[in-house]
Amino acid sequence: MAAMIEVTDLVKQYPGAGAPAVDGVSFTVEPGEVFSLLGPNGAGKTTTLSVLSCLLVPTAGDARLGGHSVRDDPMAVKRLLGVVPQEVALYLPLTAHENLTFWGEMYGLGGAELKRRVDQSLELVGLRERARERIETYSGGMKRRINIAVGLLHQPTIVFLDEPTVGIDPQSRRSILDTVKSLNQQGMTVLYTTHYMEEAQELSHRIGVIDHGRLIALGTLEELTRLVGHEDAIELRIAGDHVPAELVEALRHVPGVTQASAEDRTIRILAPDANRVLPEVIGATGAQHVKIASVAVQEPNLEGVFLHLTGRALRD
Amino acid sequence: MRRLWAIGRKDLVVLFRDRAALILMLAAPFALTIGLGVVTGSFSGRDQGELREIPVVIVNHDQGPLGENLADLLRDPDLQSLLQPIDLEDPAEARRQVEADKAAAAILIPQGFSAGVLPGAASGAVGPAPAIEVVQNPGRPTSTAVVTSIVNGFLLRLQAGEVGAQVAVSQLVGSGRMSRQDLPLEAPEIGRRVAADASTISLIRVESDLPGTTPRVAFNPLAYTAPAMALLFLMYTVGLGARSLLLERDQGTLARLRATPTRESQVLGGKLFGTYLTGVAQLTILITATTLLFRLDWGTPLGLAALILAASAGATGWGALMAAVAHTPSQAGSLGAAVMLSFGILGGSFFQIDLGPPLLQALGRLTPNYWGLQGFAILASGETLADLARPIAALWLMGLVLFTLAVFIFRRGGLSRR
Repeated sequence: MAAMIEVTDLVKQYPGAGAPAVDGVSFTVEPGEVFSLLGPNGAGKTTTLSVLSCLLVPTAGDARLGGHSVRDDPMAVKRLLGVVPQEVALYLPLTAHENLTFWGEMYGLGGAELKRRVDQSLELVGLRERARERIETYSGGMKRRINIAVGLLHQPTIVFLDEPTVGIDPQSRRSILDTVKSLNQQGMTVLYTTHYMEEAQELSHRIGVIDHGRLIALGTLEELTRLVGHEDAIELRIAGDHVPAELVEALRHVPGVTQASAEDRTIRILAPDANRVLPEVIGATGAQHVKIASVAVQEPNLEGVFLHLTGRALRD
Repeated sequence: MRRLWAIGRKDLVVLFRDRAALILMLAAPFALTIGLGVVTGSFSGRDQGELREIPVVIVNHDQGPLGENLADLLRDPDLQSLLQPIDLEDPAEARRQVEADKAAAAILIPQGFSAGVLPGAASGAVGPAPAIEVVQNPGRPTSTAVVTSIVNGFLLRLQAGEVGAQVAVSQLVGSGRMSRQDLPLEAPEIGRRVAADASTISLIRVESDLPGTTPRVAFNPLAYTAPAMALLFLMYTVGLGARSLLLERDQGTLARLRATPTRESQVLGGKLFGTYLTGVAQLTILITATTLLFRLDWGTPLGLAALILAASAGATGWGALMAAVAHTPSQAGSLGAAVMLSFGILGGSFFQIDLGPPLLQALGRLTPNYWGLQGFAILASGETLADLARPIAALWLMGLVLFTLAVFIFRRGGLSRR
């Protein structure tokens, strides 16, 4: 079966910027697949989506969506797409119903069909009861849900969701993740960007790890975690304000520790056997007169993969 | 076209739900119109609402019957509720009464008025008549217009020969110089002679307190200030339109629009169409409100509609250019305010540009305010639609040229400026 999304050596260089925002990225997404681009802020996820949405012209390379090139036939690409931007892009003085009706018209819907789709979308995101209220009166989570509803209104073949859960309450986040799963079950191809590894792990068939504009790893969750071997991740939370650089350096020299990094009050350590190195890790921390607030040991995950590949935590 | 309409309609709704914008779009021009109306005395309780007991000074120095006839007419019981006549002897005192706003007008009937109109005792010829003077109070335009029209009506009848001939004949009969038997033969001839001669002379002279201006019997300052303020704030509205495009870029809705299967030209066209619609709605509301509240006569509805559409087009052209050259919403806001004020000055929204230096007058022609005011003046003076063609053509041409220029600038940078 032909790939629904085929990205080939994509480069996007902003004028005046030093390094390209997207630097030779290639991947494919199969029909009906949920594909996540996982990476920290500024990694190039949104720029990649902007090129695929035909909002930006690629500096080099190309991408084909449903067989249509973003360079040669952007209007055909746009007809296939539903885009949910990272920031809420709605008209706040309008009601949810008015917003959805307007965006439906922009996708060429009209008449009874538009009305039916608007009602369906409101039902999907659970806001039918408040459809006649202005968006400016909504909570952040409700705005996000309408933001998503707009992208799904015309029942697109492919939907792009750019970090749709940033800054919202756990209930709305759960609702959004369930919506994505539901869409995928209906056969929609989903390209999802996030810097939350839990979301990528829960939703995705395959994950592309992106950093500094480059795709540094690509595969299923199992394939990616295999990259770091069967290493456990130890998370130490200290009692002080920040982690001393000497402590991180000391932990890196503990026998059995393969990686150590710090962010704010948290130290992340990779080791093949957490239980074996843990006493020495605690001892080294005590030797630096740093108090430990909590310790957690995790099985191999995407956080560990990112740490393994970049030497940095995903949220750095 | 459907997308264009959808974007335009959406912008109209969004703007009309913005209270701050509404205050400046509608309330501010309305308040300024009222304020200027109060200052100029167009309505301050004296001329507003039902006109009653208009104080009018009568100075009758005429020894003959016509002066008395006119004075009687002004004292007529039928006009009792409308006019409040005050008889004075001194014309200077009468003028002072008007200047002091104690009277809406003074009617000065000169000595020899009747003698000038009626046949001479010896020759039977009609002599030259000194004019009746109507001293107007510019602070009470409607009241003075009423008084002047009553005097005019009397004199028109006189000029047509009707009154003159009747009085002349009755005098001739009363003095015994004409017998009642001669009436059927002589009276029509006297009437013809009176009418023929009277048509060549002016029996009324209107005098206004405004120095250096030509008095206009029915002049109402609101007829100038209302369109002037409407056009001034139309420029504010198009400035908002320019700002709205840049705001959409900052708020992410422009990118979202561009991600839909909508061409950039449709997005830009839709945004400008929204600005245009808002301008049309704003002018329509202001004009309707002033018509209903101040009884302003704006002219023929067809001409008015054509002018509203053209003025909005010219102004939207400037809005498009502002959107094209500004880089941020705040830049567009500052630019919009500067353009609004400078166009208000250059285009005659604050004072009549004809009084300014030639360079100012030439620059004024680049503004929608100038052409719009020209158009409204033409309409208010009751001239034909053909007379309106020039300002309407100028406004549409202005809109078209500026829109083309804006599209050219947008094409160079793109809507997203990347």
